[in-house]
Amino acid sequence: MSVSRGEAKRLSKTPKQRWLEGVYGPATKRRPERKPRFSTISDDEIEPLYTADDIADLDPHRDLGLPGEFPYTRGVQPSMYRGRLWTMRQFAGFGSAEDSNERFHYLLSQGVTGLSVAFDMPTLMGRDSDDPLSRGEVGREGVAVDTLRDMEILFDRIPLDQVTTSMTINGPASIVWAMYLATAEKRGIAFDRLGGTIQNDALKEYIAQREWIVPVKPAMGLVVDTFRYGSRDVPRWNTISVSGYHIREAGATALQELAFTLIDGLEYVKWGVAAGLDPNDFVPHLSFFFDVHNDFFEEIAKFRAARRIWAREIERRYHPTNERALMLRTHAQTAGVSLTAQQPYNNVVRVTLQALAAVLGGTQSLHTNSLDETYALPTKEAVTLALRTQQLIAHESGVADTIDPLAGSYYLETLTRRMEEGFERYLGEIEGMGGMVEAVERGYPQREITEAAFHFQQQVEEGEKVIVGINKYATGEKTHVPTLEIDPEVERKQNARLQETRKTRDAGRWGESLEALRQAAKSGDELMPRFLEAARANASVGEQVQVLKGVFGEYHDPGYF
Amino acid sequence: MVARALRDAGMEVIYTGVHQTPEQVVETALQEDADAIGLSLLSGAHNYIFPRISELMKEKGLDDVLLFGGGIIPEADWPALRKVGVERVFPPGATLEEITTYVREAVPKKRGVEV
Ligand code: B12
Repeated sequence: MSVSRGEAKRLSKTPKQRWLEGVYGPATKRRPERKPRFSTISDDEIEPLYTADDIADLDPHRDLGLPGEFPYTRGVQPSMYRGRLWTMRQFAGFGSAEDSNERFHYLLSQGVTGLSVAFDMPTLMGRDSDDPLSRGEVGREGVAVDTLRDMEILFDRIPLDQVTTSMTINGPASIVWAMYLATAEKRGIAFDRLGGTIQNDALKEYIAQREWIVPVKPAMGLVVDTFRYGSRDVPRWNTISVSGYHIREAGATALQELAFTLIDGLEYVKWGVAAGLDPNDFVPHLSFFFDVHNDFFEEIAKFRAARRIWAREIERRYHPTNERALMLRTHAQTAGVSLTAQQPYNNVVRVTLQALAAVLGGTQSLHTNSLDETYALPTKEAVTLALRTQQLIAHESGVADTIDPLAGSYYLETLTRRMEEGFERYLGEIEGMGGMVEAVERGYPQREITEAAFHFQQQVEEGEKVIVGINKYATGEKTHVPTLEIDPEVERKQNARLQETRKTRDAGRWGESLEALRQAAKSGDELMPRFLEAARANASVGEQVQVLKGVFGEYHDPGYF
Repeated sequence: MVARALRDAGMEVIYTGVHQTPEQVVETALQEDADAIGLSLLSGAHNYIFPRISELMKEKGLDDVLLFGGGIIPEADWPALRKVGVERVFPPGATLEEITTYVREAVPKKRGVEV
């Protein structure tokens, strides 16, 4: 049979090409689309249609696997949410340890299934409440913790062996973790019964959050020290939460968030292995933390891609025998930066969509932001609604009843693949610089993110990207939202308590504990046991950080913009 | 981002970096002979930091320097801040366009000169 040249050309076209040229093209010529170009919120261009042609080279066995099986695209647990729902973990902490303890009890009574501590700026920066630099900041953005005494009050009547606790702290992570351990010790709870997470992700501090204490390399050493201690002595603890959240909130694209976070993770593994640790022991204790932004499918793809890339990269580099080393387990938080001060009740809807994406992406744990996000730390009422949003998704929507329901979607699988390709480009770039530590020291990820943030803001100002209530459907009306007030007495009371502790503690034991810490830091000995002893001796966060700065030096903001 | 927009609008911007004390900020302004000090405060410490800066500015004779800012600052606090010399507060959602226009107009007004 012979065919004409025109006929052959027509036949060699995929159905999608045929449709684009024959049906879609003429139709859109007659009636132009809503905009000249469609793209995700990260400005990744979107085609009008995805079909089987787009995923022709997807091998479901190789690329998706089945739940609980390599490469874990479909989820890390075999039964996912049918077995156990994700942990509903609301980030909380404000004012004094007493105020925050009360909030924890309230949240638990309302159905949160894990705790997450927000510390105030002085604590996050490793300063005591009575440091002159802490003025005006004590208890404002989280809870103030100076010594073991505060930690004990914070966790008063909380069953530490039953509830898992996540602590969002980085530079002083080891110090604060040691205070938590010392609290458990005082209550007679063995360390192997404690579950939880310390954020402890130094790299993203330099990249995005800027709560640094010491320079990058010694900070990496502190992190590796917790890997060693945790995998040996606190086996149910995640010693790091490698965080994309902060990177994204600083204005990164979804791809940058994914890539920088995973490359950070690989860098930690590299440092751990170089320090002589066995990846089978410590890699399973690495957990992750991603943002969930507005672009529904792009976000779901990000979570699925993250699991696949991590499994493949760890397998390729280390061939671990402990399968858990391959599994990317993650916490997620809805995107605070997407929420608006104008028409604040719209935020409830945004959060719902974002939370849904996190669940469809297969997260292990989730925080939903409150509608008053742009005003202050959340009120009790606002955080309750945010928690109810998760409970509604879990129990009413039906999306948690079958595993990874969106797998196989032409669009989603294409986006997932694209994330993976984008990751490879960034990996090549950063490995070319010698790894993430070097890239950070050069300011590479910092600049990439600033660029992306600026680009997005311009797109908003030009109306290319719509934010409802801001650049479209704006009313200029003011909606009153109740906001949380921080007791102005907190700072004074906290300082009084700290001074009381300073006066009454055993000065000899305190001094020895700090000296032992200094010696260990200088000689490169294990630090966690020293932090633990310092916690027991009622040394404050600030005092211990001063010792570290004395040995390791300080980091100064290079001020990229 | 605000710093970047102002720079792109042709102004010279000295970004001091994060976590600066009021003393450091005022010192930088003095050293660099700045026309304006813009502060980003999302931490809730504005009711301490702004008054302190304005006090230091007076001490150092920086009376003709424009003081303004933005971030998470409740509207209820604006009048008190205005009293201590914070001439304008930009809340979340302010556009970079609004900010650059403001700075372009307010600085010469403050200095009483044309630029
Ligand atoms: C993004 C974000 C982060 C990111 C920051 C990443 C980065 N490198 O930028 C991350 C995740 C790291 C983060 C961490 C924390 N955050 Co935060 N964060 C936000 C969030 C969601 C958005 C802020 C933002 O960047 N918006 C986008 C920019 C473009 O808007 P903007 O900053 O408001 O600026 C605009 C205006 O305000 C104004 N403006 C601002 N500054 C200036 C300066 C000048 C000179 C001018 C002219 C104008 C101007 O113009 C801008 C353009 O419109 C806000 C809540 C919200 N939605 O506003 C919370 C928020 C500020 N964070 C908060 C808290 C508590 C924290 C933490 C302390 C949490 C903790 N306990 O661990 C840490 C501290 C981190 C730190 N180092 O300071 C609280 C503060 C509470 C309060 N003041 O009462 C908020 C309000 C959230 C909340 N409700 O709890 N955060």
